[in-house]
Amino acid sequence: MKTKSKKRTSVGFMIVVYVVCIFLTILSLFPFTIMIVNSTRSTYQIQQHAVSLVPSTFLLKNMAILLGKSFNPFRGFMNSIIISTGATLCAVYFSTLTAYGLVVYDWRFKRSFFSFVMAIMMIPTQVTMIGFYQMVYKIHMTNNMLMLILPAIASPAMVFFMRQYMIPALSLEIVQSARIDGAKEFFIFNRIALPIMKPAIATQAIFAFVTNWNNLFVPLVLLTDNKNYTMPIMVSLLKGDIYKTEYGSIYLGLTLTVLPLIIVYLFLSKYIIAGVALGSVKG
Amino acid sequence: MKRKRVSYARYGYFFCIPFAVAFLIFSLYPIIYTMLIGFTDLKGLGTTNIHFLSNDIFKNFKTILNNNSFQTAFGNTWKMWIINFVPQIVLALLLAAWFTDTRSKINGQGFFKVVFYLPNIITAATVAILFAAFFGHPMGPVNDIFTSLGWSEKPIYFLRSKSVAQGVIEFIQFWQWYGYTMIVLVSGILGISPEIFEAAEVDGSNRVQTFFYVTLPNLKTILLFSLVTSLIGGLQMFDIPQLFIAKQGPDNATLTTSVFIYNQAFSGSYLYNRAAAASVIMFIIICIASACLFIALRDKEEIELHKLKKKQEKAYRLSMKQAKKGGNA
Repeated sequence: MKTKSKKRTSVGFMIVVYVVCIFLTILSLFPFTIMIVNSTRSTYQIQQHAVSLVPSTFLLKNMAILLGKSFNPFRGFMNSIIISTGATLCAVYFSTLTAYGLVVYDWRFKRSFFSFVMAIMMIPTQVTMIGFYQMVYKIHMTNNMLMLILPAIASPAMVFFMRQYMIPALSLEIVQSARIDGAKEFFIFNRIALPIMKPAIATQAIFAFVTNWNNLFVPLVLLTDNKNYTMPIMVSLLKGDIYKTEYGSIYLGLTLTVLPLIIVYLFLSKYIIAGVALGSVKG
Repeated sequence: MKRKRVSYARYGYFFCIPFAVAFLIFSLYPIIYTMLIGFTDLKGLGTTNIHFLSNDIFKNFKTILNNNSFQTAFGNTWKMWIINFVPQIVLALLLAAWFTDTRSKINGQGFFKVVFYLPNIITAATVAILFAAFFGHPMGPVNDIFTSLGWSEKPIYFLRSKSVAQGVIEFIQFWQWYGYTMIVLVSGILGISPEIFEAAEVDGSNRVQTFFYVTLPNLKTILLFSLVTSLIGGLQMFDIPQLFIAKQGPDNATLTTSVFIYNQAFSGSYLYNRAAAASVIMFIIICIASACLFIALRDKEEIELHKLKKKQEKAYRLSMKQAKKGGNA
């Protein structure tokens, strides 16, 4: 009798859980479904009924209208790829290097340096933007993509993460024995430490890439030449008057900016979820 | 042995130099420069010469603090953050408790996590414009649903209403971040020793009791982490309010401090000095928030260890001193 009632509450509990989860699933997927379906429909169809789950046949027509104006998804894509890849490579390599310097060697200011890294972890770029812009403007480097890539060398949060990961993963005995074999310090880092850090580097690289890809504020301030526009700036063009009534094209433009991310996510979601979980749990 | 250690120590410096140099150039210098600009008369496109204000050095700060738009922006930012964060953390906690429930296993967890996290990786700029299109007038998808279901006769101009405009932004923030918060909390709960849960179950506590008396108290640090990181992110909210409604809607409904700073400096008026003053004010607030997190996240054990080491060294030195004294006497 007792077990039966327990079972029944369990069934009720499970029903509630699944109803909520399925509702949230719809909430997550519905906006993107409408976006993708509407990118294949004509402006007239969208004006008649803006919600539809049936794709239409106006994809190419929408594409022609979209590309006929200032929106250039391919250029935005290439610029975003260059900036995101460059910044990601800088961030993961130099963060691992800094973490290695903090873990493997004993030096005088090591402790204070690490405390400092932790203290600056949360400083957002936005509140320093006015000074940064003035500096970049003075040396005539606005519109130079390097100004979006090089700052990634100092990524305090990633250094913190890499250090936490490295302490248990890298045994100092390996480093010691490599030294005895006559290996130089940089060689040990590149050939021994980096491969050991691969899992951490992979997850951090994904996050760095996505963050840089989605970044709007800094590129919007620095890049004024439309040759250099990144994907998020391209997206902001869709909001302007030039596409005012071309609903199909707007949805198509949005879809084009989201598609690369969704494809990447489909392949890497497992690692991304694991990375989020890992990043939150300290050491 | 000791000599060898000293010879390797310099590599510690070498390996940390690139970080330090990049930080000095791209972060520290801009921070100091921003602060300085806050005390100057720097404005106008292309100006780079700065002069410190001679009459009243805090004039920019006073102007900003008394500026109606800044006050609105500041209030909006906090309001929109709080209204998105409270339901977000509640839902995330609920889902995390469900997904880690040991008594009834929920199938398809992996799938749900992937789907709930999906909105987080999508470009915020795209999401803002997508939702603006959804609430379009006269024929956006939301209006379509409302008229089809008979909830409204005529299409509604949603974004003309201040509370709807803010509400949509709050919803977007909530929608993009609850999945992230949930995954963080799940990993936090999995980090709690399972023995505590077993003990609670043996003692006959039900799900609700276990949640309030076992799970929540053990999640304190993680909850603080979520709170502070979300707060810092929320105070910087830019992409969505910048692109959602042109000119930030009726009565500056969706104006946030970041958008305010951007508008002051880079759109039209080029008032770099005032934007810098506003940045400094935000910077101070964020510093206070991070300080809380910094104190909470410190390696407690390591600090204890360090203290112990110092104590030992001190005791050692003291004993040496005494030994020396004794020798002299």
